[in-house]
Amino acid sequence: MRTRDLVALLAEDTGPAGPRPFAPRLLAAAAAGAAISIAILAAWLGFRPLAPAMHSPSYWMKTAYTLLLTAAALAASVRLARPGGRLGAALLLGVVTVGWLAMMAGQETMRAPPGAMAHLWLGDTWRVCPFRILALAAPILAVVLWAMRRAAPTRPALAGAAAGLLAGAIGATVYGLYCEEASAAFVVAWYSLGVAACAAIGAAVGARLLRW
Amino acid sequence: MLRGLAGDGAAHAQLLGALAGHLRAYFSRRGAEADAEDLVQETLLAIHLKRDTYDVRQPFTPWAYAVGRYKLLDHFRRRGVRRAVPLEDAGVLLASDNPEEGAVRRDLDRLLGELPPRQRALVEDVKLAGHSIEEAARRQGFTPGAAKVAVHRSLQKLAGLVRS
Repeated sequence: MRTRDLVALLAEDTGPAGPRPFAPRLLAAAAAGAAISIAILAAWLGFRPLAPAMHSPSYWMKTAYTLLLTAAALAASVRLARPGGRLGAALLLGVVTVGWLAMMAGQETMRAPPGAMAHLWLGDTWRVCPFRILALAAPILAVVLWAMRRAAPTRPALAGAAAGLLAGAIGATVYGLYCEEASAAFVVAWYSLGVAACAAIGAAVGARLLRW
Repeated sequence: MLRGLAGDGAAHAQLLGALAGHLRAYFSRRGAEADAEDLVQETLLAIHLKRDTYDVRQPFTPWAYAVGRYKLLDHFRRRGVRRAVPLEDAGVLLASDNPEEGAVRRDLDRLLGELPPRQRALVEDVKLAGHSIEEAARRQGFTPGAAKVAVHRSLQKLAGLVRS
């Protein structure tokens, strides 16, 4: 087929193709994934007593961290889902968020009495925390990647990593509804590990799945 | 592009035709001379099918070249060649487009053969005989709406076949 013929053929296929903004569709996918994840948490581990949590600064610190990561990942995913998109401010927000909690963790560590150091960083659940976050993030990752397949990421691995970060951050937010670990050190270490593992899986899967 | 998005077929054809020349020069310069025409067709197909991801507030050229660059890197990846193509250089090539069509290696007509018969007949009527979709639909017994959907599906299928 000559290119001229192809052009003529394509020109005949002019259905309604107004720009469909990707952001609302990504938000819908993320919300659907979060709902699935919350349902899984309810059936699997249950919730921590939520009324005291609402009054605890540590709960809000943890949730602020995971929600800020969610925001950064949303921005990154929207930008990377279209040809020529750049990370820009999304990357900055992510770095600043992690930096903020790492500083909080540093302050905690310096104030802590010598014997309390291990508990501060390891809590009671460090062995299971990253895996649980990963399990809660898995269905979100599936839904978000599915939504992203219909967009046009020109850097599939990076776009997949952003999708994984998004899924991981939402999964971590959901896990916070159960987990009672209260130290910034614990969150910055083990929550971040679970989220980062999810981003790595997203990159690996995205490199294959997001081709078009 | 804007008129093409609004459903103006002639404007869309004009845009894709102009892009074909630019892309041909781009791919030839980037070390894919032999496959340039196939890449041009693949990229035009992709630009057409993904045109809803173009944000009208952004400049069009970087978007189109990002698609072309992606297709080129994908091509090298499949060939096992690693090359870096900085997007920033793409704009320079706008100055030198080559209107001459090169030879295709992977003939889309052959890929058309893998479509279901009715879809293929419809697409060939539009492509070869130069019928409009409405005429082709009448000849092949489609309603105009169904024909449009069938052509669109065929193009999506074709884009999938091109990649494999």
